[in-house]
Amino acid sequence: MSDKNRMSIVVFDGTVDKLFPVSIIASGGVMNDMRVDIFLTFWGLLAFRKGEPYKVSKVSKDYEEWAPEMMRVLQEKKVSSWYDTLLQAKELGDIHIYACAMTADLFDLGKEDFEPVVDEIIGVGEFIAMAQESGTTLYI
Amino acid sequence: MIGNVDVTREIDARGSFCPGPMMELIRVIRSAQIGDVIAILSSDQGSKRDIPKWVTKANQEFIGVETLDGYDRIIVKKVR
Repeated sequence: MSDKNRMSIVVFDGTVDKLFPVSIIASGGVMNDMRVDIFLTFWGLLAFRKGEPYKVSKVSKDYEEWAPEMMRVLQEKKVSSWYDTLLQAKELGDIHIYACAMTADLFDLGKEDFEPVVDEIIGVGEFIAMAQESGTTLYI
Repeated sequence: MIGNVDVTREIDARGSFCPGPMMELIRVIRSAQIGDVIAILSSDQGSKRDIPKWVTKANQEFIGVETLDGYDRIIVKKVR
């Protein structure tokens, strides 16, 4: 049974222009009282290594000509970082953040190598079981 | 008149972008007492639509919105 009050998000990309929508959409889930399960994989997971979130400044290759303009506007308008937005959403709502076990193994990373916002390292089977119960699943 | 409502607490979230003001309001409402009236000042276009919808969904009381000089003053009463 899929539950309309649950959302699952796969975060594959680790660039600012993708991480922003992750944190904003997760906030939307919190506003709507949803449980949100976030699965970080590949480049999305590497962005959550200790000390990394505030350093991320790359934009997807397809939009790289926009990177300087985007970083300028974000700074000039003092927009909260994608990471602070995510931390706030997690503090206020029912958000669970998981590291993909396969990526973690590939890069020899353990739970202590990630920011504390990452709750657990789990396998794809466990995450897809969560997605199976979610009314909404996104891949970002 | 909304201008005459007794406000318990005012949050100035002007200059903050969506979803900032909405999330700030959720935080303040949670810690407020029942009966408190919260005013939130916001200059972002998303909050103007999101906040009244959230208030209804969360079964709180939407008192109103005033459009002032370049920002909105949205007033909400915590009723539960």
